[in-house]
Amino acid sequence: MTLAHEAAAGEAGRKLELRRPAEDSLEVVLSGRWCLDGTLPARDAVERELGAGVRRLTFAAGALGEWDSGLLTFLAGVLKACAARGVAVEQGGLPEGVRHLLAMASAVPEQKVPQRDAAAQSLPARVGKATLELVRGAPAMLRFLGEITLSFMRFFSGRAHFRMSDLWLEVEQVGPRALPIVSVISFLVGLILAYLGADQLKLVGAQIFIADLVAIGMVREVGALMTGIIIAGRTGAAFAAQLGTMQVNEEIDAFRTLGISPVDFLVLPRMLALMLMVPLLTLYAGFVGMFAGLVVSVTIFDISLFEYYNETLRALELKHFWVGLSKGTVYGAMVAFAGCLRGMQCGRSAEAVGEAATSAVVTGILLITIAASVMTIVYYQLDI
Amino acid sequence: MERAPQIEVRGVAMGYGEFVVQSDLNFSVGKGDVFIIMGGNGCGKTTLMRALIGLQRPAAGTVRYDGEDFWGATEEGRERMKRRLGIMFQGGALWSSLTLAENVALPLAEYTDFPPARIAEIVSFKLALVGLAGFEDFYPSELSGGMKKRAGLARAMALDPDILIIDEPSSGLDPLTARRLDDLILELRDSLGTTIIVISHDLSSILAIGSDSIYLDADTRTMIATGNPREALRTGDPRVRHFLTRGSQ
Repeated sequence: MTLAHEAAAGEAGRKLELRRPAEDSLEVVLSGRWCLDGTLPARDAVERELGAGVRRLTFAAGALGEWDSGLLTFLAGVLKACAARGVAVEQGGLPEGVRHLLAMASAVPEQKVPQRDAAAQSLPARVGKATLELVRGAPAMLRFLGEITLSFMRFFSGRAHFRMSDLWLEVEQVGPRALPIVSVISFLVGLILAYLGADQLKLVGAQIFIADLVAIGMVREVGALMTGIIIAGRTGAAFAAQLGTMQVNEEIDAFRTLGISPVDFLVLPRMLALMLMVPLLTLYAGFVGMFAGLVVSVTIFDISLFEYYNETLRALELKHFWVGLSKGTVYGAMVAFAGCLRGMQCGRSAEAVGEAATSAVVTGILLITIAASVMTIVYYQLDI
Repeated sequence: MERAPQIEVRGVAMGYGEFVVQSDLNFSVGKGDVFIIMGGNGCGKTTLMRALIGLQRPAAGTVRYDGEDFWGATEEGRERMKRRLGIMFQGGALWSSLTLAENVALPLAEYTDFPPARIAEIVSFKLALVGLAGFEDFYPSELSGGMKKRAGLARAMALDPDILIIDEPSSGLDPLTARRLDDLILELRDSLGTTIIVISHDLSSILAIGSDSIYLDADTRTMIATGNPREALRTGDPRVRHFLTRGSQ
C-alpha cells in the first residue's frame, strides 16, 4: 500500500512521501533539498499517519539532497511524536551525519526543572507578592541605615577606612561637574517663577514683589528641590550603577572577606561628598534663579535693576539661607542613601545593575519629596 | 609534612531559599594540602566557597578552622579567622577604582604597620611572582581577563595567608599561563607551607596539582570523597572517573 503525500514538491524536488509497507509500519521517504531557507513540509501528515495504528517507523533517504537544521528539526519533531506514541523508530535509513546529530541532541535528557511561576498570575497574587517584597525590603533598608550610622561614628572617631582621594574624586564628580545642568535648570525655574509671580501680582498692581517671590522661593524651597532631583538622576543613578557593577564583579565580596567594611570604603565617601556638595549647589541654584528673576523683571516687566535689587535684599533673611542649606544637606543624604542602598543590594547580572540604577532614582526622588514635605511643615510650625 | 586537619567541614548543607544546592558535606583539609573541590557547572562549588569564607551562612552544619567553629563564632572571631585566608575570586574581583599596586597594597596597609616604601617593595614582588612586574600603575580595566586573574592571586597572597582559596584559577587562561599558575600554587605550598583550596573543573590543572579532593555531584546534590585526583582517575567512583575522563569512561 502506498500513500503518496506530496508537500510542495516544487522546490528543488524536495519531497515527503509516506508509505505503508505493512499494516503496522510507516516508511518516511525523504528526497530533494531539505534546507531552512525554503518552506518545509509540516509534520501533520506524518503525525496523522502515526495515529493510524503504526507501531514501527522507518526512513528512506536514498534521494535526499542537501540538508541542514531544517531536516533535523523536522526529524526531531517526528521522533518526539513517535516517542510519545510508543512507536519504535529505526533510523537506519537516514544519512550517518543526521543520525549522529539526532543522537547528540537526545544525549542529555530534558531536565525536569521546577515550573517557573513567572507566567500568568492573578492580580491579587501579584499585589500580595509585591506587598510582601516591600515589607521584606524595609528591614534591609533599616539595616543599611544602621550600617551607615556606625560608619559615620567610625568616621567621626577617625577610625573609618577610606581613601581621601576617593572623597575628592566624588566631590569633583558631584559638585563642579554638575554646575552646567544645575545652572540651566535653576535659571529656567527662576524664569518660570518670575512669570508666574508677574501674572498673579499684576492683579494687585504689586509686580515689584516678583523679587520677593523669586528670592524666597529659590533660596528656601525650589533651589534645593531642583538640585536634589537633578542629583538623584545624575549621581544617585551613577552610585547605584557603580556599586552594582562592583557587586557583579565580586569586588564587594573581596572587601568583606578582607574584613574591610565596604560601607566605610565605598558608601561613606559618596555620602560625605553629596552632603557637602548638594547644599553648595543649592546655594548656587538660588543665586542663578534670582538672576533669572532679575533678567525677566528688568527686561519684560519694567522693574528697574535697583528696585529689584533692593526688594530682594529686603526680602531675604539669613534664616532663608539656613533653611535652603539644611534641605540641600538632607536631600543629598537621601540621594546618596538611595543610590548606595540599591547598588549594594544589586543582583549579579547586567540587568540587575540597570534595575538598581532605576530604582535608585525612584527611591531617591521619593525620599526627597517626603523629606521636603516633612521639613516644610516642621519649619512652618517652628516659624522659621 | 604535618597533617592535622586545618579545615573541617561537618554536615554542611547549602541552599537558596527552599532550593537545596548541596547537602551532607563532610571533609577535612590537612595543612599543606592542595585540596580540589571539583564538579560540573552549577553543582554548587562557588556556593561552598562562599560558606567557607564567610559570605554566605550554610543552611546547616559546621565549618571549623583549626578546631574553631567559624559560623558559631562572634563577628570578631570570624574576622580574626578570615584574616588567615587569602581569596582569589573567579574574575579577580580587583577593586576597579584602584591601580594594581593599590589593590595589592590595601590589605597590607590595613593589617600591617609597614612603612609605605616597604609595602611598595612587597607589592612589586608579589606582582612579579604572578608575572605582572611593571604593571603596578595599571587599572584593572586596562588588563586582559587572565592578567586580572593573576593580579587577583597577587592580592590574595598579599598577607602571606595560611590558607589560600582559589576559585577557578585556570578558566579563561591559555594553557601556558594556566600551567605557570599551577606551578606557582605548588611552589607556594612547598615553600611557604600554605594550604590551598582550589575550586576547579579544569582537568589538567586538577590532575597536576591536587593532593586531595572532593567531587560535588549535581544530580544527587551531595559530595563524593575522591582523595588524590590521580588515583581517583584510576580507581575512583565511576561518576568521578566519568568526569575526570571527559565522559569517555
